[in-house]
Amino acid sequence: MQIFTYLLLGFLVVCAVSVSLSKNLLNSILIYMSYSLIMSIIWILLESPDLAITEAAVGAGITSILFFITLKKIHAIMKDKEEEGEEKDE
Amino acid sequence: MSKKVPQEEYEKTLSWRLRQWLDGTKDPFLDNVEMKPQKKFSEEKELVVKREKEKERIRERVYDVRHNAQMRYFNKFYKVFSVLFCLVLVFLLLVAVSYLPTFGNPENPVNNEVAARYIESGLEETGAVNIVTGMILDYRAFDTLGESHVLFIATCTVLILLRNDSKKKKKDGEGGETDDLENDRLHEPKNDVILQTVARILVPFIFIFGIYVILCGHLGPGGGFSGGAVIGAGLILYLNAFGFAKTERFFTEKTYKKLSFGALACYCLAKSYSFYTGANHLESGIPLGTPGAILSSGLILLLNICVGLVVAGTMYTFYVMFRKGAY
Repeated sequence: MQIFTYLLLGFLVVCAVSVSLSKNLLNSILIYMSYSLIMSIIWILLESPDLAITEAAVGAGITSILFFITLKKIHAIMKDKEEEGEEKDE
Repeated sequence: MSKKVPQEEYEKTLSWRLRQWLDGTKDPFLDNVEMKPQKKFSEEKELVVKREKEKERIRERVYDVRHNAQMRYFNKFYKVFSVLFCLVLVFLLLVAVSYLPTFGNPENPVNNEVAARYIESGLEETGAVNIVTGMILDYRAFDTLGESHVLFIATCTVLILLRNDSKKKKKDGEGGETDDLENDRLHEPKNDVILQTVARILVPFIFIFGIYVILCGHLGPGGGFSGGAVIGAGLILYLNAFGFAKTERFFTEKTYKKLSFGALACYCLAKSYSFYTGANHLESGIPLGTPGAILSSGLILLLNICVGLVVAGTMYTFYVMFRKGAY
């Protein structure tokens, strides 16, 4: 369990750094989503399932959807990639 | 509603004069001032190019970029120093972290009499099995009231910033905005079979899970905020799959208005009631019930439902406003 926790924490750092280093905006949003998912698993390991549910719904679900729409509105996503952005949900 | 007054009568009133003074049509020294509508600012392409060239030329003249050693050094060291600055900041923050008490140590300052009180007598005083919910919706219910108002204010701000009134647009008939309308048509879902099938199976389960999380907030993990967010996400999925025509049948601007007003007012009333009767160890008058039953722990269930409704409405409204700008 200890190793699993450290693995998750390491992954968290990698995600956080690669969000800012990624050149493609769509990629950085997807990485940000995975960051939120890992964070919610860590919340469960820290024995706070309340926060885990909220993090999964808000961080990974709604925030990234809002990011997707914003990118689409400012025409930052390619045309064929647009469809992917719509379907990511929950 | 005030009655509409004819123009001549209205010109005699004080508010007409105030209006004129505010608009600037009437000046105390110059008397009547003619107001002209402002011209729309536009610039030709050649002028812009010329201006940019001029800017570049002036920069060249002043700094002498090609031969200016100082400038070159500055540009080179700028990056190095920015990295160094970041590293110093990281170092300082890490030093601060190293002085924090160790994680999970029982001697930590957070483990004081407040936490002990919550854990020891939380179940008796609030009736909620989930101590966290008992804390945020009973001991600190006013905090949560403020939080739900923050959400409501956020929605208001998004409405102010992103709303585009379709009625007004038709009257103006400007070219730039109709493009946006067509753009929104493009964003309408194109009857995707896979998405619709998945949504038809998933959405009821998402709703049921959200409702379960809200209703059992005082029994297990969850509560108004997380359950509301789950329901909001389910609504968004439904909207993506079936389009605005279907969601507008049950969720319009009016629904949102009634929903958020009702929930916030209900919360305020419930909590002010508890403020007058339950605070300072007066009896609240509401039986706490048996811990573990769904109808227990006094007002917490009602407050959870209120918060959940506000959050679900907020999430959905955010999405709709970002996507289309109107319901």
